[in-house]
Parts: sequence; C-alpha cells; structure tokens
Amino acid sequence: MSTSIVFGLCAAMAAGLGLYGVIAHPQPLRKILAFNLLGSGVFLFFGVVARRGAAAGFGGDPVPQALVITGMVVAFCATALAISLLLRLFQTTGIATLRADALASRGTDPTDP
Amino acid sequence: MPPSPAVLEATTTSGFLLVLAIVLPVVGALLTFATGGRALERIALATLPLGLVVAAAIAFATPSASTPLVYLLGGWAPPLGVALRADGLSAVMVAVTAVVICAIGVFARADFRTPVQSIEARAPFAFWILLLAIWAALNAAFLAGDLFTVYVALELLTFAAVPVVSLNGRAETLQAALSYLLFALVGSVLYLVGTVLLYGAYGTLDIVLLSRRVHAEPATLVAATLMTVGLLAKTALFPLHLWLPPAHAGAPAAGSAVLSALVVKGSLFIVVRLWFNVMPGVPGFTATQLLGGLGAAAILFGSVVALRQERLKLLIAYSTLAQIGYLFLMFPLAFAAASAQLENGAALAGGLLQAISHATAKAAMFMSAGLISAALGHDRIAMLGGVGRVLPLSVLAFAVAGVALIGVPPSGAYLAKELLLGAAFATEQWWWAVVVQAGGIFTSAYLVMVLVHTLAPATRPLIPLVPVSWYQEAAALALALCSLLLGLVAWDAFLPVPHDTLSSPLSLETLSRALWPILAGAVLAILLGRWRNWPRAPLHGYAVAIAAPARRGALALVGILERADVMLRQWPVAGLSLLALSTALGASVLAAH
Repeated sequence: MSTSIVFGLCAAMAAGLGLYGVIAHPQPLRKILAFNLLGSGVFLFFGVVARRGAAAGFGGDPVPQALVITGMVVAFCATALAISLLLRLFQTTGIATLRADALASRGTDPTDP
Repeated sequence: MPPSPAVLEATTTSGFLLVLAIVLPVVGALLTFATGGRALERIALATLPLGLVVAAAIAFATPSASTPLVYLLGGWAPPLGVALRADGLSAVMVAVTAVVICAIGVFARADFRTPVQSIEARAPFAFWILLLAIWAALNAAFLAGDLFTVYVALELLTFAAVPVVSLNGRAETLQAALSYLLFALVGSVLYLVGTVLLYGAYGTLDIVLLSRRVHAEPATLVAATLMTVGLLAKTALFPLHLWLPPAHAGAPAAGSAVLSALVVKGSLFIVVRLWFNVMPGVPGFTATQLLGGLGAAAILFGSVVALRQERLKLLIAYSTLAQIGYLFLMFPLAFAAASAQLENGAALAGGLLQAISHATAKAAMFMSAGLISAALGHDRIAMLGGVGRVLPLSVLAFAVAGVALIGVPPSGAYLAKELLLGAAFATEQWWWAVVVQAGGIFTSAYLVMVLVHTLAPATRPLIPLVPVSWYQEAAALALALCSLLLGLVAWDAFLPVPHDTLSSPLSLETLSRALWPILAGAVLAILLGRWRNWPRAPLHGYAVAIAAPARRGALALVGILERADVMLRQWPVAGLSLLALSTALGASVLAAH
C-alpha cells in the first residue's frame, strides 16, 4: 500500500466524518467544527493529488499546494464569519440554534416585519 | 465549440476591460472601507456609473458570441497562468449585473443613508461595502477562465451575500444568515473536491484547455457530479432550498433584491459553464432529465407554497424558488440526442434570457414590496387593500415586473419561453413544453393574487408611515420596464438565438396567446390562494357554489405540499436530500457511459 493510498483513505475518512457532522449535528458550533474537519479532509486530498502529480525533481506538484493554501484561507474566513454570526445570534437570543420554531417559542414573533 | 488555439495565447486588444470590471468594484469597496463615515456613500455611488460604463464597453467590445475577449494575467498563458475571458454569455451577464446593481444603488440611497447627526452608522457602512463586494465577486465569477478562480469568486460572493441577510441584526435574520452560510459552505466544499479531481486527472483547470482534454472516465464523472450538486446547493434548487426563503425574505429590500436577482445567478452561471463549455458530452440524457425534473418540482413547490404565504416578501422569495427551477429547464432541452451532448443553442439562449429577465423583474418586485412594507409598516398580503391608491407607482412597478415575468410580449421572459418551447418541439420532448407553460400559469397566479389585494379598497384610511421618495419608485419601475422590453434587444450578437424567433412580438396573435396563461393563473389563484373573503364579483353566489368544492380538493393537495416543504427545510432532511441527489446524479451520469 503506497503512501498516497494511506493518505487518500485518511482524507476520505476525515471528509466523511465531517460531512456526517455537518448534516447530523443540531448545534451550529458543532456544524462549524464539522465543516472544518470536512475541509481538512479535502485539503489532505489536495496533498495526495500533489504527491501523485510529482515530476521534474519536485517532491510534489506545486499547483495543488498553491490551491490548498487559497482553500485554507477561504475556510478560515468562512469559519470566522460563521463564528461571529453565531456569537451575535447567541448574544441576541441566548440560545444558539438553527431551528426557527425554537426562536418562535422564545416569544419573538418571526412574522413581524 | 472550442475556440481557435490563438485565443489561448494572447490578450485581446480590449482585454484590460475585464480586469477593470473586477478591480473597479474592489477598489470602490476598499475606498469606502478606508474612508468610512459620510464619504462612503458618495464613493460607492460614484463607482456605480463607472462600473456600468465598463460593463457596456465589454458588451460592445465582445467581438461575437463565440470568440471571447481574453486577458492573460501577468502575460502567462494557461496552463501556467490564469486567463480572464468574456464570451457572449459572460458579457450579457456582466451587463445585466451592472444595470441591476446601479438600480439597487439608487434605490438603496434612501434606506442606507448615514443619519445627519451621526458620523457613521453600521448598516449603511456594511451595505455599501457588501454591495460593491458582491458586484466584484459576480464579475469575477462571470469572467473567470479557470475553475479555481470560479471557486474563489463564488466564496467571495457567499461571504459578501451572507451579511446582507442579517443587516437589521434581528434574531431570525441572523439565524437565516448562519443557515445560508453553512449550507453554502457544504456546497463549496463539494465543488472544491470536484476541481481537485479534475486537476488530478487532466493537470489543468483552465476551462478551454479542460474542454479539449476532458473525456468520460470515473474521476471526471465523480467530479462533474460533486461540482454540480455543490453548485445546486448554492443556487437553492429544490430540494436544497432550506436557506433561501428565510434569507431572501428577511433581508432589507435592497438586500433581497440583490440576493434574489443576482447572487443565485452566479452559481447557476457556473453550472451552465460546467455543463455547456467544460464537459458537454459527460452528463448524458438521464442527468439532464434529472435536473429538468428537479426544476419542474421547484416550479410546483415554489409556486404553490408562494400562493399560500401570508407575507408579501415570503411570497416573492418562494416565487424565486420557482423561477430558479424554471432556469434549469434549459438543461434537458439543450440535450441533442444525435450528438449525445449539450448544444449551445436555442435552449441555452432561452435559459439565460429567462435568468436575465428574472434578475431585472425580481429586483423590481422586491424593491416595490420593500416600499409597500415600509409605507404600511407590515407586508401582510391580506391587509394590502388601498395600497394601489397610496403608492400607485410601486404597485405599477410590481405589476409590470410580474407581467414581464409571466412572458407577455415583448418581455425577455416571452422570448425565453418561445425559445424553450421551440427547443422542446425540436428535440421532441413535449413534457418540458407542458412544464414551461405551467411555470407561466403559476407565475400569473401569484401575481393576480397580490394585485387583487393591492387594488382592493382600503378597509380603513391609509397614511404612509414614512414618505416614499420618488427615485426609489422610479428605480423599481425602471427595472420592471427594462424586463418588459428585453425581448426587443438584438440578442443574436451575444446569445445563440435562432433568427426566426424574433418575428413579431407585438402582433395580435402573440398577444392573445400570452393572455390565456394569465386567465388560467387567475383561476389557480382563486382555487389555491389565501383569501380572507372571496373577491366580490357579479353572480357571486353562483361562483362560490361552483368553486368551493374544487377549492376544498385543491387545498387538501396544497396542504400536503406545504407540509412537505416544511419537512424538506429541516437541516437533516436537506442534508439527506443533498446526499441522495449526489447519488442519483452520479448514477445517471454513470449510466450514460
């Protein structure tokens, strides 16, 4: 079993766990963390692709490495934005939830314009 | 068709315009961010006409529908460098985006003015920067020449669009924004996996190079599936629409207009690029039918649920859901059985024209709904009586936009409908012709319902809570008229429009054909709409006696659809639909090879 396959399997596992978390966990913070796990899996997969494309004396193809850095910056920004929205939601309502009915039962009327 | 090799190697003479189209809004956004305070509104408003000029210049400089404008960044040709390209499709999208953004900018001046007594206010500061950022991201998505630049552009678009949802800072809108962000992020991760698979298989992400190298192998099929599903999640195609209604209905009027009119078109445009330009031979018949089927389901669900809404903004948001479905009908209709690939033909032109008409009309609708809601202090449809007298121009803008969207000649939607119907008959897929007609009927149903309420006499005297400025109404009306007159533009310079469809949009025969969907829509509105009391009409008693049983039956069906919609908008269900859709699309792409 080559290193590419081992890392590829790890990437698939991380991405799969992350995807499960994003879909299944009800709490937004867990969803954000799971999204990061999913992202990490995908970035590891970038590494595998870079390794497999190694040529001309390089240890890895530099293009996926450049892409993965951009991807990480994007994922970082996304996480920061999501966390700040979540914090604001928590400050405003006292609960962190994505369920509209939870807000309604708190007493605020979501149909109010 | 693959452009000649020369296209790849050189920047064309007016290529710098493409850079300008992206850089100008970015510079505007940075300047507004740096200066802040009271100057920001002026800088933002000064950027708008400049961007409009650049967009117009791109449209005029684009030599023809198939040969693009090219700019090679740093002079490096792909696959080493990154190219910006504008073909007819991108030029049209850039131009429409500029027009809609400018109108929204004019409209938003009154809502997002820094108050006289304060140095800086949060909402205007955020809004103007985000508006310019959305513009830059959209232009980048339309002009990008490679799939990774597209990814970055889509992410910027999402990041700029999400805060617009929660500008008023209330709990529901914060929740809607968070939901939108998280679901869009799942979509973008799927897209990213697809790009890296394509890079691993072909060593390039450049759209033109990729279109020459790509062939049906497992990596390509998986990549195509994941990228498409990811983009569908960002476009909010049924059943992946959990974020759209609360986000689009909760944003301030100018924000809703930009989200509904433009932001969803960004990811839609990339699906079109992917399926028509990068890999026209990969999806195959079943996958195109699947996309069309989802579109048809979106039309049914979105329209029926729209008819049952109590609030005007939610009604318009659900109508956006239906209209997004309408746009996906171009995929099955563009599939040519003979060559087993998607053709750049009438169906593509029809789909994009519909997207453009929807962009202008829906922005106008959200603007007028915003004005009505601001003047009344609420937007409950049942209590809109008398608005027609207080805000005649806003109601007129809403009506004109709706009529344009139904497809009354000479609107862009009319031309789009003719093109799609023509494609349905040319490819012998009559069932899509039925769906296209049904889309028009449903659209007229909710338009009729809203107009009947707005034109009803007021139950009590109406005094507007806030004065409505004339230029806000003018901006909405201008966009609505723009949508109504789009059919008169000579589109064949940009889009693959066959010449014979442009015959006579104003003849009596075409007008009479445009009339029956409105009548059918009125019947649907009576059957399915939410009426506090029945519209008074001559022979009222008889009409009720006939209609009441039919209405009871229809409402039972509608109840099922409404409950299904509530269920589909739960996070776990939406996640499962995402997985199920990926599996189904993957299986159908696989079956084609």
